[in-house]
Amino acid sequence: MAPQIHPLVILFASVFTSNILLTNFLGMCSFIAISKDMKSSNGLGLAVTVVLTITVAINWAVMRYILVPLDLMVYRYIVFIVVIAATVQMLEMIIDRVSPALYMSLGIFLPLITVNCAILGAALFMQIRNYNFIQTLTFGFGSGLGWWLAILALAAIQKKVTRAPVPAGLQGPGITLITIGFMALAFVGFSGMLNVQ
Amino acid sequence: MNQMTDSPRTILKKNLWTDNPIFVQILGICSTLAVTNKLANTLIMTAAVIFVTGLSNITVSALKGLIPRKVRMIAQTIIIAFYVIIVDIVLRAYLPDISKALGPYVGLIITNCIIMGRAEAFAQANPPMLSLWDGLTSGAGYMGVLVIIAVVRELLGSGSLLGFQVFGPNFTNWTIMVMPPSAFFLLGALIWGAKTIMIKKEAA
Repeated sequence: MAPQIHPLVILFASVFTSNILLTNFLGMCSFIAISKDMKSSNGLGLAVTVVLTITVAINWAVMRYILVPLDLMVYRYIVFIVVIAATVQMLEMIIDRVSPALYMSLGIFLPLITVNCAILGAALFMQIRNYNFIQTLTFGFGSGLGWWLAILALAAIQKKVTRAPVPAGLQGPGITLITIGFMALAFVGFSGMLNVQ
Repeated sequence: MNQMTDSPRTILKKNLWTDNPIFVQILGICSTLAVTNKLANTLIMTAAVIFVTGLSNITVSALKGLIPRKVRMIAQTIIIAFYVIIVDIVLRAYLPDISKALGPYVGLIITNCIIMGRAEAFAQANPPMLSLWDGLTSGAGYMGVLVIIAVVRELLGSGSLLGFQVFGPNFTNWTIMVMPPSAFFLLGALIWGAKTIMIKKEAA
């Protein structure tokens, strides 16, 4: 929308004021399923950040140099999702080859990520907001960081919640959602600082 | 659990209540929770989800013998994306305002876990017509929950329903209701209520 926004502002905004999870509700499924344990949350957060940064950049290039010149924007959904799936698959193979140790901690989360809404969501936001390449990179990286931050914070809170007396019907996803609600409320506090959308 | 023997009636009951995709499986809230601040948007969005779930289920089921197991995830994704593109084109042609308001969220139906989940869990192992029914009813179960959230959010957040002013001009809007946190709170509370009823029924 406003191509003149400074990349650093986008970075800050995508981590705090318009956190992709807490204000745009993206990536909730794996978020709720995984957030019970600190270690996997960390791994998934890292994986999301890496994949988001890479795929949003590739999708930007594909859109700019293939889809727009050929007037194929109607098919962007299929193209974006295929690019994401292919990138994740290649990343998995490369990591497996280069560092088996990293594969053990990161690799198991990669298949989950293909269907993580945050990845596709970031690509679509990038397209709608008309970011240039540098802005796209910082936006992807910042969104990933924001997601990582949110899942780590939630995993830490969940640890305390397990020791609290929660009504039977609210246990599990119910209390998780309420917790996320409070976190989102805290992040709303940041929104006075700057507003990008 | 043998799903092959489920009659259309049991499937309906399961998808609307006992196995409701949102209450029990917590699937697919990613893309749609974001548009629950206006009832009209929610109705359009969930109708689109019903359409895509039903048709992608029937397609996956009809093609299940032809798709090699190794590539079935990507094949399913492409089938889903195909229907989402249809939805996107139709919305842009006939409801341009709503299409603008929904923004990227229409495209995000592709990654809505509920659609993939039904394709994987039901359509892979069941005949096409039953899969279509399963997709439509899951979508309806999903719609029910989100419409409740949207009604509460729009009513309290803007004092209106479908854009018509319900409360008088003196009504103070609950600003929190149009902000993202309220969607989380409402969904949490709804799940709480539904689960409590289910637990009571089980105990009785």
